[in-house]
Amino acid sequence: MSVSSTIEQAVRVETKRQPLPPRERLEQVFDIQDLTAIYGSKPALKDVSMEVYKNLVTAVIGPSGCGKSTFIRCLNRMNDLVPSFSQTGTIRYHGQDIAAKDVDPVAVRRTIGMVFQRPNPFPKSIQDNVIWGLKVLGMKDNLSDRVERALTQAALWDEVKDRLKQSALSLSGGQQQRLCIARAIAVEPDVVLMDEPASALDPIATQAIEHLLHELKTEYTFVIVTHNMQQAARVADMTAFFSISRGGEGERWGELVEYDATEKIFTAPSDKRTEDYVTGRFG
Amino acid sequence: MSATGLTPLSRPSDRLTRRRIVNRAMELLAWLAAAIAVAILVIVVWSVAKRGASAINLDLFTKTQNALAQFGIGNAKQGLANAFVGSIVIVGIATLMALPFGILVAIYVNEFAPRAIRGGVSLVLDVLNGIPAIVIGIFVFGLIVAGHGQSGLAGSFALAVLMLPLVARATIEVLALVPDSLREASLGLGVPRWRTTLGIVLPQTIGGVVTGAVLAVARVAGETAPLLFTTSVVGTQMNWNPTHPLFSVPLAIFELSEADDPSSHALAWAAAFVLLMFILLTSLTARWLANRSRRKIGRVA
Repeated sequence: MSVSSTIEQAVRVETKRQPLPPRERLEQVFDIQDLTAIYGSKPALKDVSMEVYKNLVTAVIGPSGCGKSTFIRCLNRMNDLVPSFSQTGTIRYHGQDIAAKDVDPVAVRRTIGMVFQRPNPFPKSIQDNVIWGLKVLGMKDNLSDRVERALTQAALWDEVKDRLKQSALSLSGGQQQRLCIARAIAVEPDVVLMDEPASALDPIATQAIEHLLHELKTEYTFVIVTHNMQQAARVADMTAFFSISRGGEGERWGELVEYDATEKIFTAPSDKRTEDYVTGRFG
Repeated sequence: MSATGLTPLSRPSDRLTRRRIVNRAMELLAWLAAAIAVAILVIVVWSVAKRGASAINLDLFTKTQNALAQFGIGNAKQGLANAFVGSIVIVGIATLMALPFGILVAIYVNEFAPRAIRGGVSLVLDVLNGIPAIVIGIFVFGLIVAGHGQSGLAGSFALAVLMLPLVARATIEVLALVPDSLREASLGLGVPRWRTTLGIVLPQTIGGVVTGAVLAVARVAGETAPLLFTTSVVGTQMNWNPTHPLFSVPLAIFELSEADDPSSHALAWAAAFVLLMFILLTSLTARWLANRSRRKIGRVA
């Protein structure tokens, strides 16, 4: 079995990271069982079952249309905003099923934050972007300290500390995305979901974001969707590979094919579909 | 035409010339139509100004009618201060009624309503917009005035009903312009829906909302029919109290033009001129505001 050499390199570079302890010793943050997501009458995902572990970066990879974004948006109930959406299965977050109808999605999103593909800062000043969420969610003490801490963690403080009152829209794309990350972590979530956070950014900005993930995972748990396999190999501890299955009448839906430590996925995957994908035989 | 190639039936330059002439003629016609439209406006403004010129002076705005004029004492009619004051109070209160209501309706339609209801409410707003002002007038008459008497407030209410669809529709349009990515960003933080609408979405729409309000004011400033039913039995003195019937500019034009003496007529023309200028001014302001907010939203996206 041959593996794309760039990925092999990436994985080898990353073997300086700590080997993962056995799964039984990892603390579970999410326990997803038989998750099926449906838009209208068409299933987008079927029977996804996996766990997400604390203080790790979990990557979700797969070809376009395999339901990666749908999956990650289930984790913080963002799909509720789509009128025709429905789901079955359970998503246990620290033991509590957040997919239940009686759970308040607003409460869910307070501990499970999200950063989106295209940077979407509020049309306010840089500091107001961070402060607004804090104020609304009632974290009004030590505002300036919290702002500084969030911007520092997002590796943006040095670049903006002299112009906090300027409009956030005057920042470059990479800076805006780091501001969005700062905004998300300022409200002290437990988990940060990221939907292709660097896909709209240039390589240098992408590198900055990946570095951030490495630094911040001691404090937060990350689940990141990426279409860039090298990125997954660089940043992720665990990787979940989704793929598209086809049905009788031309239906398509996404399925979880394999979920394992990143090294294993990229060097010795168990499923042939995974192997085909990571070796670039299909994209 | 020969089979071997193009044999023009006439010289190419003839066909081309004919086409050019037709083109020119159409251009001229279009230009003429536009010129006529502009000319009509100019003629209207000019003739109103000319006829009202004799009464356009400071007194127009500072003095009221002379009640003793009917007994032959003093200058018949002096000014229309009470009409201007009345109009300002009535339209002002109407705006205060219609604006919050219209904004809330727009927020419901654009942010919270399911798709089916959205279409229904939009239809209702369109129908409401098309109801003739006199029908609204008689409706408010039956609702409030019959049994309680006339008042400036009843007039304001009638005008507010007329303003509501304009404010709501303008607000719906600007709300729809705010990109969903901003809403997602806020909701992703765990901010509740209403707070997202108030704190992130609505501030983006202020330009459009003000434009809608200004347009609505321009529309109702000259409406006579609703005021006829609700606030027309007025005296000649200055009155600010909206619980009493108040004089108004359109009403002044109506009543003064029916009087016998030419000085009343001049006053009526003067009132018409002021009204015209007000509407021109508010329309231009609305247009300027709309351009400004369009440029601002362009920068956000």
